[in-house]
This record gives sequence, structure tokens and C-alpha cells, in this order.
Amino acid sequence: MQATIPASTTEVRSKRQSRFNGRLTKGLLYLLLIAVALVTLFPFYWMFVSATHTQSDIFSAPPPLWLGDALERNYGSLLERIPFWRNLWNSVYVAVIATVTTLFFCSLGGFGFAMYQFRYKNLLFGLLVITLMIPGLLNIIPYFLIIQFLGWLNQPIALWFPGMASAFGIFLMRQYIASSISRDLMDAARIDGATEFRIYRSIVVPLIKPALGTLGLLTFIGSWNSFMGPLVVLRSREAFTLPLALRTLEGQIQADWGAIMLGTALAVLPLLIIFVFASRQVIEGLTAGSIKG
Amino acid sequence: MSSPQLPLSVRLDRFQRRFAPYLFVSPFFILFAIFGLFPTLFSIYLSFQAWNPVQGLGTMRFVGVENFAFLLEDPWFWQALGNTFWIAVVSGLPQHLVAIPLAFALVMGVRSLRHPLTAAYFLPFITSAVAVSIVFITIFGTHFGVLNQLIGVLANWPLTAWLFEGIRDQLPINWLGRAPYIKPAISILVFWQFFGFNVVLYSAALMTIPREYYEAAAVDGANLPQRFFYITLPLLRPMIFFAVTLTIIGNLQLFDQPFLLTGGTGGSGQAGLTVAMYLYRTGFEWLDMGTAAAMSWLLFLVIGTATFIHFKFFGRGGLETRE
Repeated sequence: MQATIPASTTEVRSKRQSRFNGRLTKGLLYLLLIAVALVTLFPFYWMFVSATHTQSDIFSAPPPLWLGDALERNYGSLLERIPFWRNLWNSVYVAVIATVTTLFFCSLGGFGFAMYQFRYKNLLFGLLVITLMIPGLLNIIPYFLIIQFLGWLNQPIALWFPGMASAFGIFLMRQYIASSISRDLMDAARIDGATEFRIYRSIVVPLIKPALGTLGLLTFIGSWNSFMGPLVVLRSREAFTLPLALRTLEGQIQADWGAIMLGTALAVLPLLIIFVFASRQVIEGLTAGSIKG
Repeated sequence: MSSPQLPLSVRLDRFQRRFAPYLFVSPFFILFAIFGLFPTLFSIYLSFQAWNPVQGLGTMRFVGVENFAFLLEDPWFWQALGNTFWIAVVSGLPQHLVAIPLAFALVMGVRSLRHPLTAAYFLPFITSAVAVSIVFITIFGTHFGVLNQLIGVLANWPLTAWLFEGIRDQLPINWLGRAPYIKPAISILVFWQFFGFNVVLYSAALMTIPREYYEAAAVDGANLPQRFFYITLPLLRPMIFFAVTLTIIGNLQLFDQPFLLTGGTGGSGQAGLTVAMYLYRTGFEWLDMGTAAAMSWLLFLVIGTATFIHFKFFGRGGLETRE
């Protein structure tokens, strides 16, 4: 014991040293991580700032880094150039219907795969998983041709109908339902005379609300941001969803960048608000879906 | 109840019980048949035809493998393929090189700010490609773009000037107008939009590594870099493999960002034309559906081959056999 006394003083010193080092590294680490976050967020900040400036202010040296006073002017210019609220409504309409139908069909399908034994079940589920791996681009031309054949060009149904029972959604729901619904509960309901659909509606749906929330968020975001699908099937300005409308705005010869940035900011804002309140659910849903997939 | 002839209600009940699961899973298969399987088969058929969709189905003409032969001799197709790979590598590789250390730092060192920081990195991923492309068009502006102004400042600041030695006389850079800069500009945007997704993937994987491993290594005197290289990286390998697979498949189909940054044209000298864009222009602007369908199958083949090579060298059969 006595012999260790000198050793322990150096030990204390080195411990203090290493604690200081630890704090220093930690401080530097925080600094670095926050710096990366600021660089990542800067384009969003820039978007909102530019939305309140005129075109000549946006492209000036030094660039404006605080809100300006051209918001009203930009708004007027935006409405002159595209039917902005109409386009926003189209986006909301498609995203809401896509979300509601996806939630219904995917939870129903996930329920079927999770809780029942039936012939060819494994084969069918394997097929479903394989379709997850087909690159989306492969389908773009046939997708257009089918939509044209059905007479759905320029109509919102072309955007939400084909994907409403998505393989990804069914897969996500199946995983959740299999781990959260008990067969005993279903049997009890059957004894009480419930039909299978009634079991779905009255027992399954209330118990899988968190998963429905996640899938709903992902579907809404996906539909809101979708570009290539609408680009291929929508033709008129009035039918455009927001991404297409913004693109025409940017492609105009006499483009007004103040108005473009305002339109872009307004288009991003709803998702930003959703993300502020539900970032955990969105992040976990997107990654859980892809990790398990 | 025990009568041999069951009452109708019981028979109905048995019927619905038996067929309910089929009914529940059928919407996917019906929709897949209409919007997935049939179109895919049809596009195989289409790839052997010459057809302008505006002139109706009757004008379809069988041309054999002419569409494929044309593409294989088409300089634009090869250029688009080269561009696609260039952007895929230059935007994709750094995503992982940055995301892995960032995730490591987030999981090991930061507790209180972990979620807000992760959310900040992730935000670009859930933002529409159109919106972020528009914002980056202004950032990439030639004369008064934020990026050029920043580079201008850094190039003249004594501490950082040496970094910009090579490009100082190129300023201001016409990012989206001059051919050599278009691919880098697209890659910057794609990197920015997707690195956060990888940070989240890697964080999730890092969380599953037991703390005891690190503690044991610390007891043995391993410093932070050693712990990173000898514990984290090997255990992270399955996730790296998975995340890189997603990057390969996603990046080889890149469409939105290059399309928007180059105004739908591919930019000067088609320097920003990806295969997905070329496919779109062939089918929907030049109305040559047969060639476009053939191109989609060639791209499918390329993606399949790239994924196969990746699986072969970095999958279970490759690296894992060493263990």
C-alpha cells in the first residue's frame, strides 16, 4: 500500500490531465458537430432570407444574411406567375388521399400477412419483398402508358392510385402488427361474433396507431416531394403539384428569384413544421423501414 | 346448433373467415399486376419496337435489337453512363467517409444534443429535390452566388489561401454553365442532401455495439482512434455494406437533381446528363418510347451488375470469409 503512494499522486495528476484532455476533445467535438449542422442548415436559412429580398438583393455582394422587406412584392409576383394556392391545394389533395388510402390498404395487407396462415402465404410475401428491389425508374415509361391508357393523364388519381398498397408500407405494417397484436385477443373477438374485418377495425387499428403515424408521415412526405411521377403525367399549370409549379417558375425566361425563393420556402414550410414536431418518428420510420427491408 | 345442415349465418361466417386474409392482401397484388408486372412485361416488348406514342398503338413497328444496338453505339448514352458513375462516386463515397466519423462522434461523445444534431443533418433528406435544387441554383450563382463569394473570401484570406491556389484565377466559377463544373456542382448538392440519411443509418448501427467492448478496450489502453479502427469499423461492416448498396442503387438512378440544376437539358456539352435524364428525354421529349424502354433495361442491367460486383467483393462471400 505504502509503496503505491508516489505512484498514486502521478496517477491523480495524469487523471486530471486526461480529464482535461477529455473535456477539450469533447468541446472540439461539439464545435465540429455544430459547425457541420450549421453548414447543413444554411441553405434553409438562405431560402427564408432570400424569400424576403428582391432579385437584385439576392444576387449582391455581400449577400443578404438577414430578412429584407420585399416579402409582399415577392408574394404579388409569385401569384402573377403561377396559380400558387391552386398548386398547393393539388399537393395537399394528392398527399392526403395518398396517405389515407395507403394507411388503409397497407395496414390491412400487413394484418393479413402478420396474423393469418393461408395457402401460398410465404410465396406471396416473398414476391412482395422482391418487388421492393425493382428500381423505380424501370417502370416510368410503362407507368406513363398505363396512365394514358386509363385516361388519367393530368388527373390527381394518377399520382395516388398506383401506390396506395405499396410493398414498403405493407412490409412495415406487417413487422409492427406481428409484434403488437396477440392471436388470443383475436380469438376472443371471434367468440364474441366479430367478423375478420371487424377485428381489423376494432382491435388492430387502435393498437397500431404509432405505426400508422409513422407510415402516414412517410407517405405524406414522399407524395409532397414527388417530382418524376407528376412530371410525366401532369400537363396543365392548373393540375400541377407544387414541385412542378416551382420548376416552371424557375424555367421562365424573365425569372424572378425573389418570387421563386418565396414559393420554394412556402412549399418547404409544411414539411419543416411536421419535422419539427415529429422528427424522431420520421427518422426512425425511414431508417427502420430500410434497415429491415 | 348441432344440426347437420348448418344455418346460413354460420356458413357465411366460415366463408368470411376463410377468405378474409386473401381479401386483405389482394389489393397489393391487384395493383402490382396492373401498375408493376404488366408494365414491366410490356416494356420488355416495347424495347424491341419503334414507337411514337402520339401516333397511337397501331404505329408500333418491330425492330428487333435495333434499339439496343443504337444505344450501344450512341456516344450520348456512353457519356450519360460515364456522368452517372462520376456523380455516383464523387457524391456517394464522401457521404460514407463523412457519415461514419460523424455518427461515431454523435454516438460516443454527445448525449444531450444528439437528436437535434441528427435531425439537422437529416433535414435535407426529407426536403423536396425541386426545392433544394432551386436553393442551390442561387447558391451556385456565377457573379453573386454565395458559394463563389465564400470561395473568393477564403482564397484571399492568408490562412486558407493555399487551399485555393489552383482555382483562384478561375473565379468567379460558372458552376452550372461551364461543362467541367456541372458534375461537381451536382455532386455537392447530392452529397449535402443524402449524407444525413447515412449518418442516421450508421448511428443506429453504432447504438447496437455494446459499451463494454469500448470499456474493455479502454482498460487495455486503446485510444480513441484505435477504438474506432479496431472495434467500430469491423462491427460496422454489415451496415456499411447495406448503406453503400442503397447509395449505388439510388445514385445510378439519379434524376431530379441533375435535371433541375441543368434546366432539364443536361447542361453544356451534356456534362450533367445522367442515364435517367437521357431516358426521360428520349421517351418524353423526343417521343421515342422503344429506345427509352431499351435504355431502362440497359440501366437495370448496369445497376444489377454494379450491385452484384459490390455483393461479390464486399458482401458475405467477399470480406466476411476472412473471419
